[in-house]
Amino acid sequence: MVSFRINSKTVTFDGDGATPVLWVVRDELGMTGTKYSCGVGACGACTVHINGMARRSCVTPVSAIAGKTITTIEGLAASDDELHPVQQAWLEHDVPQCGFCQPGQIMATVDFLKRHPNPSDEDIDNNITNICRCGTYARIRKAIHRAAELVAAEQQS
Amino acid sequence: MSAVIDRPSISRRQFLIAGTGVAGSLVLGLPLGSSGAVDSDRMIGFFVQIEPDGHVIIGSNQPEIGQGARTALPMLVAEELDVDWSMVSVRQMPLGIVKTAEGFAWKYGGQGAGGSDGLTSNWEFMRQVGATARGQLIKAAAARIGVAESQCVTRRGVVVCSSLSTEITYGDLVAEAAQLALPEEAPELKSIDEYHIIGTRRKTVDARDIVTGKSRYGIDTVQADMRYAVIARAPVLNATVKGFDDTAAREVEGVLDVFRVDGPELGAPYLILASGVAVVATSTWAAMRGRDALQIEWNASPTASESSEKFWADNRELLKGDGQLVLDDGDFSTAMAAAKTVIVRQYEVPFASHAPLEPQNCYAHVREDSCHVIAPTQSPSGASRSAAAVTGLPRENITIEMTRVGGGFGRRLTTDYVAEAAMISKHTGWPIKLQWSREDDVKNDFYRPAGTHEMRVGLDDDDNVTAWTQRLASASKYYRRPNMPDEALAEAELYIDDFPRRIIENVRLEYFHNPIGIPRGSWRAPAHTANAFVIQSFIDEIAHETGQDPLQLRLDLYGEERELEYTNHGATTFNPGRLSRVLKLVAEQIGYGRELPEGRGIGLASHFTFGGYAAHAMEVTVQNGKLTIERVVAAIDCGLAVHPNAVDAQLQGGTIDGISTALGLEITVKDGRIQQSNFHDYPLAKIAAIPARFETHILPYNDKPTGVGEIGLPPAAPALTNAIYAASGIRIRTLPIGDQLEV
Repeated sequence: MVSFRINSKTVTFDGDGATPVLWVVRDELGMTGTKYSCGVGACGACTVHINGMARRSCVTPVSAIAGKTITTIEGLAASDDELHPVQQAWLEHDVPQCGFCQPGQIMATVDFLKRHPNPSDEDIDNNITNICRCGTYARIRKAIHRAAELVAAEQQS
Repeated sequence: MSAVIDRPSISRRQFLIAGTGVAGSLVLGLPLGSSGAVDSDRMIGFFVQIEPDGHVIIGSNQPEIGQGARTALPMLVAEELDVDWSMVSVRQMPLGIVKTAEGFAWKYGGQGAGGSDGLTSNWEFMRQVGATARGQLIKAAAARIGVAESQCVTRRGVVVCSSLSTEITYGDLVAEAAQLALPEEAPELKSIDEYHIIGTRRKTVDARDIVTGKSRYGIDTVQADMRYAVIARAPVLNATVKGFDDTAAREVEGVLDVFRVDGPELGAPYLILASGVAVVATSTWAAMRGRDALQIEWNASPTASESSEKFWADNRELLKGDGQLVLDDGDFSTAMAAAKTVIVRQYEVPFASHAPLEPQNCYAHVREDSCHVIAPTQSPSGASRSAAAVTGLPRENITIEMTRVGGGFGRRLTTDYVAEAAMISKHTGWPIKLQWSREDDVKNDFYRPAGTHEMRVGLDDDDNVTAWTQRLASASKYYRRPNMPDEALAEAELYIDDFPRRIIENVRLEYFHNPIGIPRGSWRAPAHTANAFVIQSFIDEIAHETGQDPLQLRLDLYGEERELEYTNHGATTFNPGRLSRVLKLVAEQIGYGRELPEGRGIGLASHFTFGGYAAHAMEVTVQNGKLTIERVVAAIDCGLAVHPNAVDAQLQGGTIDGISTALGLEITVKDGRIQQSNFHDYPLAKIAAIPARFETHILPYNDKPTGVGEIGLPPAAPALTNAIYAASGIRIRTLPIGDQLEV
């Protein structure tokens, strides 16, 4: 039995503790914004925040998150009307093509910007390792820079 | 009807309409003769629904695989309907087919995403849908207030009858408009200078749902009582199940059933790719765990001795002989004999996997007399046929719903996974969602064909190219197609009307099919990827060999603007002068010809794909065997850019797909097994490989659009390898580049 908080709710999972967080979130909790793609932590489509840090949920057993706080893409925005600055930047640059990887890209970027609030292109290259098969990287790069501005503006206000 | 799997343009129409012309059930997106044919009295035809508050819900009939169809096609309707784009939302339409005396006909127009023709094949149709609905609203307004239709105009969601200064909103009129008889004639359409939506920058209609995690892909399907299924597949291609022990699998908590799935006979047209063992469970994870616990014994595969090494050796051996003469223009032998200079080169393009980020999956619920399918597919009619084949149900009893698709790239033109899901549901009687793993996907793809290209040109005393030949030994993408004669295999790999036909006088194309057992299929821009790489590399080599400038040689070869006959997919004419326009633009933008430091070089390429023209210029550094891409400039001429934001996106994505594949992607086979399995050994490029200096340009041409999904890809690889040569003198003739340089 594992209890944890997810998007501000406390939940309990009583199945196999080895089950990846990804499948608990998707199949048991019905939150499908977190995507399965590689199952080995290679692509980042399943990225969620565990205690605020970006983690690949497909290789994180649910037993490892007991008592921890999880945020998924569904819980990132403060409300339906008030998106997270990274989501806003993604909309401004109209990043998605198929869109399948984008929840993971956004979750990775939110965490990245905490550590690199004013990132260089090199910082992006060295830290953003999520795969986008459609090749939206040119827009992702612009959206990350824009998101950094939006986050900074939000913190000043 | 193998061609339907191939490319759903003309072929899919031929299939469904069966050569009888459009069946009488549908004119201009409106059902004839019965107002009850649509779900709501707020609908004018199948596509346009107008709410009381003026909100308009427009149906999108095509699959959305990231190409932007769900935005671009409704833009066409909204333009002619004359509504404000901010009032529009979009509804995904399911597969619509109707059984007629002549066979099946499309209910909502042809449906399928392939061959970059979603926009072109709907360009007239969707505008007519909007214009006809607008005409009905005018008619309703005129009738209500008793004036002539000619006295009424529309203005963004309202009908204005000028003489009376009366305004009536569409929302107020729709119920009456929906009941009116349809006009006999096609409506008049706007001209380019009247557009207020077409050609303007609009954002992806689903972007907000995507960035908040609300968008539903096939993998996100949840239905009542649904079970989860996976299949254990043969590690050796074409192997079959000899026997299995499922004791441990059935002990895994949540596993409900385990049973054998039989594949088709080797060589028979395929429905599913391989035989295997299905595991059905209460969750995806339980099904995967159950699969891990299976003990399966496999029969020896008849293709167990196949290897990439043998494939390449066989190609080289084949090229020593005479192949099938696919094209023989002019007098090639005489021209070659008279040539002052002869240049011969060989290039190799490897097998590649589609690897869409959403692994294959499908929901199916087979009942005694019906089948409900929810699938991420590029070919909903193929899905319907696959489900019919394995259930034995008539196609009219099968419903196909389309979700947003997590990448297509041609993989989801094949509907093997739909057949599998229907088969498992039929066997168990349960509604099931079949889930492939990434490993299933990488190892069980319909791969881009690999081939060895031998190029040979003859040049006269003035270094003019007088004779040209391309001799290709490859595994044709026409894999296990029914009723496919051997001589047709070449058609999938050599598009005869591409450059240099009708440009160089003496041209010969020769084909050799290498019948390896690796499954092949359509991979984004199919044969254009290989042929653009080969031809654009070879032109570069000819230029360097004869002391000509690579840009100038291309411009000389392409010549002035003129329309050449074109019979391959995507166009009826080919205008090589339009290749010059895009090429000159990228050369100018990147500063082609300027002095560059040691180890730095610029490469160019351009190619005509499915009616559109694209060019790339890339600047790279090669130092100590390491490649760095410094800058990318891409340009496209797609005629009229209907949805410029998506044109840019597709040009960027196509370019990056081309770069990613050229840098490091190759599928190999050894002892009958695909050797790659996941992204560690099939390394799609990450953001670090793509330079920040990345520009795209749209070069307008006329008032008609071409598609854009595949056009931006083919020239990317040769522009990159030509840049590598300019920087380092290293000529990449075998892809991927990562085998030869650090990338």
